[in-house]
Amino acid sequence: MMKAYLDNSATTKVCEEAVNAMRPYFSEKYGNASSLHQQGREASEALIQARQTLAKIIRANPEEIIFTGSGSEADNMAIKGLAYIQKDKKHIITSNIEHPAVIETCKELEKQGFKVTYLKVNKEGIINLKELEKATTKDTFLVTIMHANNEIGTIQPIKEIGALCKRHGIIFHTDAVQSLTKVPIDVSDMNIDLATFSAHKIHGPKGIGFLYKRKGIRLAKLITGGHQENGLRAGTENVTGAVGFATAAENAKKADIEKMVELRDWFIDEVLKIPDTALNGSKEKRLCNNISISFKYVEGESLLLRLDQKGISVSTGSACTSQTLSPSHVLLAIGLSHEVAHGTIRFTISKYTTKQELEYTIEQLKEIVPELRELSPLMPKEKRGED
Amino acid sequence: MVYNEKVMEHFTNPKNKGKLEDYDAVGKVGNPTCGDVMEVFIKVENNRIKDISFRTFGCAAAIATSSVVTELAKGKTLEEAEKITKDDVIKALGELPAIKIHCSILAQDALREAIKKYRKKKKK
Repeated sequence: MMKAYLDNSATTKVCEEAVNAMRPYFSEKYGNASSLHQQGREASEALIQARQTLAKIIRANPEEIIFTGSGSEADNMAIKGLAYIQKDKKHIITSNIEHPAVIETCKELEKQGFKVTYLKVNKEGIINLKELEKATTKDTFLVTIMHANNEIGTIQPIKEIGALCKRHGIIFHTDAVQSLTKVPIDVSDMNIDLATFSAHKIHGPKGIGFLYKRKGIRLAKLITGGHQENGLRAGTENVTGAVGFATAAENAKKADIEKMVELRDWFIDEVLKIPDTALNGSKEKRLCNNISISFKYVEGESLLLRLDQKGISVSTGSACTSQTLSPSHVLLAIGLSHEVAHGTIRFTISKYTTKQELEYTIEQLKEIVPELRELSPLMPKEKRGED
Repeated sequence: MVYNEKVMEHFTNPKNKGKLEDYDAVGKVGNPTCGDVMEVFIKVENNRIKDISFRTFGCAAAIATSSVVTELAKGKTLEEAEKITKDDVIKALGELPAIKIHCSILAQDALREAIKKYRKKKKK
């Protein structure tokens, strides 16, 4: 059976280059990067190299890179880390389409007495800069707005947000987990103070991310212990992961983006030929690998599982796959009704996705969607074959 | 969350799907906001459910519970069918993930609603 992995915003396959680069660090060069002996130095050198590579990609200095165990950890480190050193300021501004790692962290801080403004977004999923400016107060110490959205792929005007924050003397954090290697990032040019990244979304291994922290910014230490990562994050360094992360990032090419944009646009055109479908998010300000489609009258989990039976992996904004039974907060935030949000499927491609896989997916959708609609009481009478 | 084989079988090849051409009553429950809408159509003869079908907008569990409740009710008297509970539905499917238990209540309610509608119609 043909297979198509179209859930690359959930996670990606580790690229060959990264696997090969990591291999020696499991059982040959396994030293602890903090050890003074030869094996330790060997590991430490690899870590320095990885840090340099990653810093260069986002135009930062190596000492501004703090490795973490995940993107979520980096978000926590930035938001809680900054909140916990505040003396008087209590206010954070974020958006209502952030990743749970940001939203839930903000909610946690609200319980601890902090105040949070959740900015609304327009129907494309973009925040309003004027609203942001209006929301700032003397009490605001942090603005945290994601670079690109994980569900609908919308890219925020990060540079403008960064400039605004700078004008107001507010620290700016962005979760850039989805945009790394897909949208150019220059932390100086974009006035970014803190930024979150993760390896497994870019063909690197799971279990490693990093926080970019502009030199001079102080953060409370959340994980105490040894003095690793500039004293900010205790724990033996994940040298293997760092090597894999850097190698994966180095191997992301501009041509990959062009290829993905071409496939993405072809797929969007084809899938929209199915009646009663709509693209979510922005047409222009969109990640090269994201296709979010609402299939009216169909429930997302059903469609996901039927596609899965055909070897096609996707994800859904439907409540039925969540523990809360409420559909995706992102889809509701861009104005979708509950019913339409329930019928939303996210297809996310990678540089390894082929046209054949997408053609196969379109073929299957054209069979499965009408079948599920036939079964659905929401399908209007006049659109049915029978009745 | 994982569905068992029986649930997947009913989801993939639902029994008694669609709308009966000639039905006496339909029970409709749920709402699209919650992500589940279920319709159960019944054809009654001599107080027995002679034919039954369903249409469902919902997840795999919603479709599977709809399918199985129609199987359980087919051929039963209205009194027997009325007594079918969510637990009977779950038992017939083997098991359901905890967060999907509400789907089985919906199936039970849709069937009972259809029977209620039928009796109301008969009285008139």
